Amino acid sequence: MSGGKRADDFDHPDVVIYPDGPMLVRGATSIRDEDGTVHPVVRPVVALCRCDKSSRLPWCDGTHKVIPRQ
Amino acid sequence: MRMPKPRGGLSEWVINRLASTGEGSLGPAPVADSWADEVISLWTLHELSYRGFEDASDHAEWDPEVLVVRHSLELVLEERLRSRWEHPGTDPDAADVPASLEALVDADDGPSLADHVRRQADLEQVLELLRQRSIYHLKESDPSAWVVPRLPVRAKAALMALQYDEYGDGDPNRLHAHLFARGLEDVGLRSEYGAYVDDALPETLEMNNAASMFGLHRRLRGAAMGHLAAFEMTSSLPSRKIVQGLGRLGLDGPMAAYYDEHVEADAIHEHLAARDICGTLAQDEPDQAAQILFGAFTCLDLEGRFARAMFSAWEQPS
Ligand code: FES
Ligand SMILES: [Fe+2]
Ligand SMILES: [Fe+2]
Repeated sequence: MSGGKRADDFDHPDVVIYPDGPMLVRGATSIRDEDGTVHPVVRPVVALCRCDKSSRLPWCDGTHKVIPRQ
Repeated sequence: MRMPKPRGGLSEWVINRLASTGEGSLGPAPVADSWADEVISLWTLHELSYRGFEDASDHAEWDPEVLVVRHSLELVLEERLRSRWEHPGTDPDAADVPASLEALVDADDGPSLADHVRRQADLEQVLELLRQRSIYHLKESDPSAWVVPRLPVRAKAALMALQYDEYGDGDPNRLHAHLFARGLEDVGLRSEYGAYVDDALPETLEMNNAASMFGLHRRLRGAAMGHLAAFEMTSSLPSRKIVQGLGRLGLDGPMAAYYDEHVEADAIHEHLAARDICGTLAQDEPDQAAQILFGAFTCLDLEGRFARAMFSAWEQPS
C-alpha cells in the first residue's frame, strides 16, 4: 500500500542512462543536437542516442543493439 | 462492427448466444470442431469487453452462460501457452528480470517478417500482412490498459507513461491505433475496426486472445506486462525495416509514418517496459517474476508461430 508514503519516496530522476543503451530524458520540451539544430519534443519521455550510430540522431532508434558492445 | 463468420459448431453457438442473450437458453455449448473454431469463439467473446458488436446483445459480456464458455476456452488457451514454456525451475531473482527479458529476446530465433518486408515481399504479401496485423493494431495497447489498476505504484506510473504515448500524448491524431487506421486507408485497405477478422489466421487470433486474456485477468498481470515488454523490445528495429520495405514498394505515406513512429517510440518504450514496469513489478511482487518471463516468452513464441504460418502460406502455390 502507498498509504503514508511521501511524494519523494521513489527515485524518479529526470535523466536516466541505460547500460549499453540510450539516455531517457523526461519533461524536456526541446533538444539541441550537436549541429545546433533544435528538435521539439512532443513526448513526456524521449530516448537520446548515446552510441552515435542511430539513423535519426539525436533520438535512439535501437541501432545500439546491433553494434558490438565495447 | 458485426460479429465474425462462424468457423464451426462452437463459434456458431457463440454467435447465436450473443445475438440472443436473455432470450432463453440454447442448451450447452458444443465442443469446438477445430482450433480455428475455438480461437474465433474466444476472440468473439473477448471482443465483448472492447468495443463489442452491433449485432450482439449489450448484456452478453457478463451473461453467466457466456462467461462459462469464455472461462473454459481461456483455461484451454492458458494450458496450451504454459505447456510451450519452460519454467526456469527456481523463481528468477527480481533484480534479474530486465536482463532475463533481454536474454529471452536475444535468444529468439523465429523467422523475421520485417526482414522479408524489407528485402523481398511483394505488394500482395505486404497487404496480407497488414490485414493480419490490423486485428491487433486497431486496438493497439488496449489490452495493457486493463492492467493499470492492478499494479503497484512504480509499475503503474511507468505503464501510464508508456500508454500515454501509445494513446497519442493526448492528441487523437497521434493515437497509434488511429495512425494505423490512416495507414490502412493509405494503402487501399479497409480501416474500420475489425474489418479483416474473417481473414484472420488462427495464429493471428491466438496472439490476440493471449493478449486479451492476460489483460483481463488480475492473476495474469505479470504475464501481461512481460508480454508488453517483449513486444516493445522487438519493435523498434523491425519497424525500421518495414519502413524501408514499404518505401521499396513505393508506399511512403501514412502507413510508413505509423511504422516510423514506432522506430522512435518503441526505442523509448522498451526501456520503460523492461525496467520501470517489469523490473519494479518483480521487486514489489517477487512472485510475478516468473509470470513476467512466461508472458514475454509467449509473445515471442506466438509471433514466431504467426511468422511461420505467413511464410508457409506464401510458399504454397496459389
Ligand atoms: S543509443 Fe540507441 S541507437 Fe544509439
Ligand atoms: Fe504503438
Ligand atoms: Fe510502443
